[in-house]
Amino acid sequence: MQVRIRYFAGLREATKIEGETLDLPDGATAADVRALLGERYPALARLLPPCAVAVNRAYVAADAPMHADDELVFIPPVGGG
Amino acid sequence: MAAVVKITRDPLDDAAVRALVGEATHASDGGVVTFEGVVRDHARGKRIRYLEYDAYPEMAEERMAAIAAEVEQRWQTDHVAIVHRIGRLEIGECSVVVIVACPHRAEAFEACRYAIDTLKTTVPIWKKEVAEDGEEWVEG
Repeated sequence: MQVRIRYFAGLREATKIEGETLDLPDGATAADVRALLGERYPALARLLPPCAVAVNRAYVAADAPMHADDELVFIPPVGGG
Repeated sequence: MAAVVKITRDPLDDAAVRALVGEATHASDGGVVTFEGVVRDHARGKRIRYLEYDAYPEMAEERMAAIAAEVEQRWQTDHVAIVHRIGRLEIGECSVVVIVACPHRAEAFEACRYAIDTLKTTVPIWKKEVAEDGEEWVEG
């Protein structure tokens, strides 16, 4: 299945891209993606552990299975205000 | 009125804030509380040159709308505006405005405080401090 991932803040600086489409096995989770991205982008490895996970703009558990065409975003500790 | 919630790149200058106050305030309101978050020149012992804000805009606006809906339910007012600016902000510029208008001041103060506190901990917005000796995305 394909899942769209978007990068913001420090994650965008570390990957140098706004987002990409990932090919994943059916039922893959955000935790699986976190492991994959840590290898693909060494600069991300230390940024991902404190991140929350949003799928389709809602916070979810990192071990929740995703579905085709979901939008995944890792949310670093927020700092608005 | 539906609450005003927005992520913007436009300056939140006095005219913009005044316009939001006007939009939020209705004939039934006797107390209007406006919170403005402003870029200050120091943080954790560092001298700040400027800040850079980023957001996941679609989700940020949805979370801000959820905060407004909670305020509406708990304090019985939907006269709420929550606007956050992103991009590069200079010292003294306004980064966020939260306005709550209610029949009486006590609810307006409480609801405004609740809205900004909840925004700071739940809405996907990020801040990079660019200081004289380096830059860093910071929490809170």
